[in-house]
Amino acid sequence: MQRYLVQRILSSIPVLFILAVIVFAVLRVSGGDPAAIIAGKDAPQWQIEAIRNDLGLNKPVYFQLGVYLGDVLQGDLGESINSKKPVITLIKERIVPTLSLAIMTEILTLPISIPLGVLAAWKANTWIDRGILIFSTLGFSIPIFFLGFLLIKAFALELPWFPAAGYVPPGEHFGNFLHRIILPSLCTAILFWAFLVRMTRATMIEVLREDYIRTARAKGLAEGGVLITHALKNAALPIATVVGWGIAELFAGIVVTEQVFAIPGMGRLIVDSIVRRDYPVIQGCMLTIAVLQVIVNLLTDMSYALFDPRIKY
Amino acid sequence: MQEQMKNTLSVVQPVIDQVKKQWRPFVVKLEWTKRRHPMLLVGIAILILMALLALFAPYLWTMDPTAVDPPNRLKEPGSEWWFGTDFVGRDVWSRTIYGTRVSLAVGFAVGALSAVTAAFFGLLAGYFNTFDLIIMRIMDAIMSIPHILLAIALVSMVGGSVPIVIFAIWFVTFPRAVRVVRSSVLSLREEVYVEAARAIGAKTPRILWFHVLPGTIAPLMVTGTLIIAGSILTEAILSFLGAGIDPETPAWGSMMADGRRTISQAMWVVGIPGGFLTLTVLGINMIGDNLRDILDPKLSRSGT
Repeated sequence: MQRYLVQRILSSIPVLFILAVIVFAVLRVSGGDPAAIIAGKDAPQWQIEAIRNDLGLNKPVYFQLGVYLGDVLQGDLGESINSKKPVITLIKERIVPTLSLAIMTEILTLPISIPLGVLAAWKANTWIDRGILIFSTLGFSIPIFFLGFLLIKAFALELPWFPAAGYVPPGEHFGNFLHRIILPSLCTAILFWAFLVRMTRATMIEVLREDYIRTARAKGLAEGGVLITHALKNAALPIATVVGWGIAELFAGIVVTEQVFAIPGMGRLIVDSIVRRDYPVIQGCMLTIAVLQVIVNLLTDMSYALFDPRIKY
Repeated sequence: MQEQMKNTLSVVQPVIDQVKKQWRPFVVKLEWTKRRHPMLLVGIAILILMALLALFAPYLWTMDPTAVDPPNRLKEPGSEWWFGTDFVGRDVWSRTIYGTRVSLAVGFAVGALSAVTAAFFGLLAGYFNTFDLIIMRIMDAIMSIPHILLAIALVSMVGGSVPIVIFAIWFVTFPRAVRVVRSSVLSLREEVYVEAARAIGAKTPRILWFHVLPGTIAPLMVTGTLIIAGSILTEAILSFLGAGIDPETPAWGSMMADGRRTISQAMWVVGIPGGFLTLTVLGINMIGDNLRDILDPKLSRSGT
């Protein structure tokens, strides 16, 4: 187990390195001159030069990359060009809303989509199955911001059950926090229902055709027992994989949801920073998300051992 | 000249044949398709309808889609403004049918680009172990960034025009397709007929083109269709966030961004482009789903 862990962590280092290089390259090579942006519109040339000198922007790009990677290794993500705050502080401020949205989304997704997927597989090729499938196709065809508008229109404006926008930190007032986070989480969750229902259905159909399922049924086990203990447990692996790999997509969904529901999370931080060309913040946020993704992938792999005792690391 | 043409044709022939073979089940057996995969036909019908709207937009508009008319703002849908007007009095119907153009152009361009590049990199990665390590690490890195963020970054750094948006969406989507091609190449290269070709001394490019590539067409067609749907959604999200093509050109995403402030009194400004967008993506997803059932008998039996 320990050896495997070390191996996995080591193997994610090149991915993170390449990622840092790609993010750096995309931002630095294609972008405008950050020094000119900081200095403002009518700044004299010498001022721009001075800022450029300060930030090390007149050094060769590969040198800048080296300096940046060195800083990152020491846990220093630089400081925001715009607000002059350290990037780490900005991310710490904004990560709570985003993570709570992500967790609420998963809470709303898992207990609904997995049973639905099991049901669809169990009733495969009946109208129940077809109905569930059509809804799931619709679920990932509908643009997430349109869904957000529909939810706001229905459950905030027509029926005033939820506030239309805003965010309250969970530490401040937990009830208000929940009240405000439900609609945005629902908005992100519907997309994931669609994916997870299909995945669960497909793997369950595969598993239900196995010999041991026939044996379990033949020895007179109740259908519920067959479905849960025999089938679902064996289908858990691919499902866990989908949940784990979906994290990057979940963040993509959250970026849009935060915009629609005016939640001050990391998604808005990134979009705002991109508009202002605040390079250090964009780089820091993308690296953070990638590191989160790597951690989640690691946890996903570890969870395999939990679901399937045949797997040992 | 003729000789050369013939040569080129004979090289492309196996791929064309493969495409023809893959399409045959539902072109020849239309009746069968209607019975077994009615949703495929529904999807195709939706797509044709949208394509016609895009093609004939200049003949179908009722008002200049960019003309601002403040006195007539937020008019309800009716005989003069078929789908109403937005908060500065622009005609929603004319803007919506023009928006079809951007969405379909971006979707199909990204789909085609991704298919071609994914076939290339997927073949390299799947067939040559040395490339595999490098290519797949880069693909993993691209995929671990949320695709929308990377696309926004690319577009806002370079500036929003249709080619830039197409490039940005392609860059963030094609790694998924590379993965699909690579995994099918990995199993194809172990096939007996590939081994036989190698044994009789066929050169590697020949093996790749004639024996491996045709086997990747089916999964590539399915992935390509789903990529088209996904790209249309991504383009709309980019325009919605204000990081898409320039806001002067009517696009569904930016129309909905404009409509959000009037959502309480004029739902149609958001609802109509949103409905068109959902319908288009739904139609293409239906095609993709059913294509997978038809082209991949193994998955089809399991009913994915």
